[in-house]
Amino acid sequence: MSASIEIQIIAVLVAVACALPGVFLVLRQLAMMSDAISHAILPGIVIAFLLTEDLSSPLLILGAAAAGVATVALVELLRKTGLLKEDAAIGIVFPAFFSIGVILIARFASDVHLDVDAVLLGELAFAPFDRVVLASIDVPKATLVMASILMLNVVFVGLFFKELKLATFDSALAATLGFTPVLLHYVLMGLVSTTAVGAFDAVGSILVVALMVAPPAAAYVLTQRLASMLWMSAALGAISAVGGYWMARWLDASIAGSMASTAGLVFLLVLAFAPERGLVSRVRQQNRQRQVFARDMLLIHLYHHEGLPEAEQECRVEHLQDHLRWERDIAMMAVRTAKRAGYVQDHAGLMKLSDSGREQARHALVHI
Amino acid sequence: MEILTELFTDYTLRTVALGAALLGISAGALGCFALLRRQSLLGDAISHAALPGIALAFLLTGSKSSLVLILGAGAVGWFGSVLIAALTRRTPITYDTALGILLSVFFGVGLVMLTFIQRMPDANQAGLDSFLFGQAAALMQRDIYVILAIGSVILLLTVAFWKEFKLISFDPDMAETLGLPVRALEHLLTGLFVAAIVIGLQTVGVVLMSALIVAPAAAARQWTNRLGVMVLLAAVFGAVSGVSGAVSSSMAPNLPTGPVIVVVVSMIVAASLLFAPNRGFVFRKIREWKSGRALRVDAVLVDLYTLASQHASSDYPHSEQVLNVMSSMSGTAKRTLHLLKTLELAQPIDDQRWSLTPAGEERARKFIEEHYGGGV
Amino acid sequence: MTTDHAIPAEDLAIDVRDLTVAYREKPVLWDVDLQIPDGVLMAIVGPNGAGKTTFIKSVLGLITPAAGSVLVHGKPYQKNRSQVAYVPQRGSVDWGFPTNVLDVVTMGVYGMIGWFRRPGAAQKAQAIKALAEVGMESFADRQISELSGGQQQRVFLARALVQDADIYLMDEPFQGVDATTERAIVELLRALRERGKTVVVVHHDLQTVPEYFDHVLLLNVRRIAAGPVEDVFTEENLRATYGGRVAFVSALMARKGE
Repeated sequence: MSASIEIQIIAVLVAVACALPGVFLVLRQLAMMSDAISHAILPGIVIAFLLTEDLSSPLLILGAAAAGVATVALVELLRKTGLLKEDAAIGIVFPAFFSIGVILIARFASDVHLDVDAVLLGELAFAPFDRVVLASIDVPKATLVMASILMLNVVFVGLFFKELKLATFDSALAATLGFTPVLLHYVLMGLVSTTAVGAFDAVGSILVVALMVAPPAAAYVLTQRLASMLWMSAALGAISAVGGYWMARWLDASIAGSMASTAGLVFLLVLAFAPERGLVSRVRQQNRQRQVFARDMLLIHLYHHEGLPEAEQECRVEHLQDHLRWERDIAMMAVRTAKRAGYVQDHAGLMKLSDSGREQARHALVHI
Repeated sequence: MEILTELFTDYTLRTVALGAALLGISAGALGCFALLRRQSLLGDAISHAALPGIALAFLLTGSKSSLVLILGAGAVGWFGSVLIAALTRRTPITYDTALGILLSVFFGVGLVMLTFIQRMPDANQAGLDSFLFGQAAALMQRDIYVILAIGSVILLLTVAFWKEFKLISFDPDMAETLGLPVRALEHLLTGLFVAAIVIGLQTVGVVLMSALIVAPAAAARQWTNRLGVMVLLAAVFGAVSGVSGAVSSSMAPNLPTGPVIVVVVSMIVAASLLFAPNRGFVFRKIREWKSGRALRVDAVLVDLYTLASQHASSDYPHSEQVLNVMSSMSGTAKRTLHLLKTLELAQPIDDQRWSLTPAGEERARKFIEEHYGGGV
Repeated sequence: MTTDHAIPAEDLAIDVRDLTVAYREKPVLWDVDLQIPDGVLMAIVGPNGAGKTTFIKSVLGLITPAAGSVLVHGKPYQKNRSQVAYVPQRGSVDWGFPTNVLDVVTMGVYGMIGWFRRPGAAQKAQAIKALAEVGMESFADRQISELSGGQQQRVFLARALVQDADIYLMDEPFQGVDATTERAIVELLRALRERGKTVVVVHHDLQTVPEYFDHVLLLNVRRIAAGPVEDVFTEENLRATYGGRVAFVSALMARKGE
């Protein structure tokens, strides 16, 4: 298999593995936790490495997961003291952890293959060179690691789908039903850490955040069903991965950086053009609603003053501007919309309700 | 001591220390407002978002002068903060997700640009990498001037708009009803915040600059309940960690500046959380223990007094068992009784029975008057 | 409905015409007219979600209405802003903010002292005086985080007093306060009325409306009724305002009749 294909496979595995726990982070408004964890796992990895002196030891992943969970616990502890708000606690804990990791590398491990740039930026391009033979098939080690992590995530989300859903949308109810949202939370955070450490090698600690947050955020704009959100995130993540790879080839630039840029681009496109909650369609909906709303306000205004002595001046087009405090074009739009629907007749600037207009005014009055 | 001497004599070291102190001061001061407005993580997003600004400024001008790079970083960082606000206000995206996307995607774009620059034939690009983790040792005299100039403007404006910034941070609605241009003031404050971040990028790096914003403010908050004192303290903490980080990393080879500064400032936070008077963890535990003890003392005193009032004399003795039953903290009466004895509020009559001393009777009566309005 | 169109606009403390407010195009307030004469104590009552807070906030320009106008003593609110003081809901700010009672009360004069100037001794004295009016002068140096709910409320009232306005808009000042504070607020309201001030209060406790207030606005998205309490605070209007919860209204009226 060519290196190019292998790199793309690894990239897709990373993106999909990140997208799954990412969905829950985004839904629980913990997106910045991915940033915190992906940085904070560094000292866990470094300490595990200093103990084992083996970069491929599985203890490294264990160390990372432990450091990730410790971060979550420490943030929670600080928040509970009431001395710091949660965002401040996050903003203090993870830089501290990360800095300790960087200093440990600089002091004790700078001569080995564990350098700071790699931690931050990843080196996907070199992944095919580090190979293992498994059941007589020769694959890049990263493929194997990321496939296992992806499997772990899929199994976890599959097994605990119901519980995760409940704990995400109604953690109080989940607790009363006997699920333990706290335990689930920590398991999820452990999973985020494990995924981050796997992805770390490939794309570096900061771009893990892009893959964990951007595709799920895009999927969130597209759908509000959890199951659809999961597979859409995975698909959008995979698209970003492959697109990013080719962008990197084209620009001769960092693969990880390109993947993050593509993920951002995909998010932007979805945000703009999503069928229901996208910006374009929302603007269109709002315009339509605004027209109907202005029209109904006009009808009710006319209805209230119908037959009263002040109607002669309250119900003139030019009066709407100073009486309802409407801009001229909004007033004209309301009048136009109402006339087009046949609700209002214009008698030389004085507006009168038609029968259907009166009906609609009453209807609007009841339904507000 | 040797370090101190060198600090005053060694030219490079002095330059570095001065720069780190200046940016620590402005970051600490502005960080207070960010902390109180619950924007602690905004700094993280902005500092990462500034990376493509640095790269872009270099790509456009070919200059590595820190003023040019800072302007580029500031412009893109400011754009990032506007984008976060727009995403949060106008789309279904929540604040934390907006921060996460902006931080990582802009950083990714920055990396693409950096790698792109590195592969350009012109060899003038070296050094941009140092923006990742910061390199205080590379600070030059003219960089210090830039930091000094921008830092002074930041501090001057913060002082000038002090009461307005305080009001929009505490109660923006109130500010609005007083007729203040709240939106404009918020933009100004965010602008100063971005400026405080970007002048630190060269020294501390984009990855860790946010810690120098949040941590000094968080530490300062523990020591005081006055905003003015908090800002001053945060500035001092920022300066101290900036200087010690920069100095120690330029003394030891292989020690990147940013992480050292962050470790120092984190230790200041930890110490503040633990030992600050009033708010600090240790003081709070002592206070809780004391008030818990006072509560137990008073409870047992009242029990003794109540029992005694059912008899003719106030020093009528009562057994521990009865007190144990009465005590809301059952089982602790014995320990508390011995405490009462050392405080000379009660005395043992024999092995099992206790009675109030006159002082104890007085205190019990006062307590009852205060808490029960005379009658039990 | 009683509308006081006869009163000239300058003699009205607040004149609200056709106020309509919508969130995401869904109306929260619909075509509300309200004329508040000078010198009255007015309660705004209505069920949850009736738009009471929205009403006050749109009068203050904190929310941009979809339609309608607000005049304060005959001029647009923006021109007569300094005549109006606002007492927001207690929970709208972070009481963990590092500042003390005197400082919060002094914020009331920030509008008058102008840019680049700090409040001086004169302003501090004003603040102390306002604190004394709500019985909190001994708390001037107290951290705001150490206040009880009722004390927080009184600090907010003092902050409004220091603005020396003609019109006071208060959002639920009685919410969750102790008996002492409730008495202090009622006394303050009466003192303000005696000084000829106009006070508009979002109020939850229907029982105390006749005792504390002389005017009332019954609001449920639309204006149900407004005017002197004895005229409009009727079972019929309350039913119209509170809809289905008839039993609770009847019980209230029975007690009122006693």
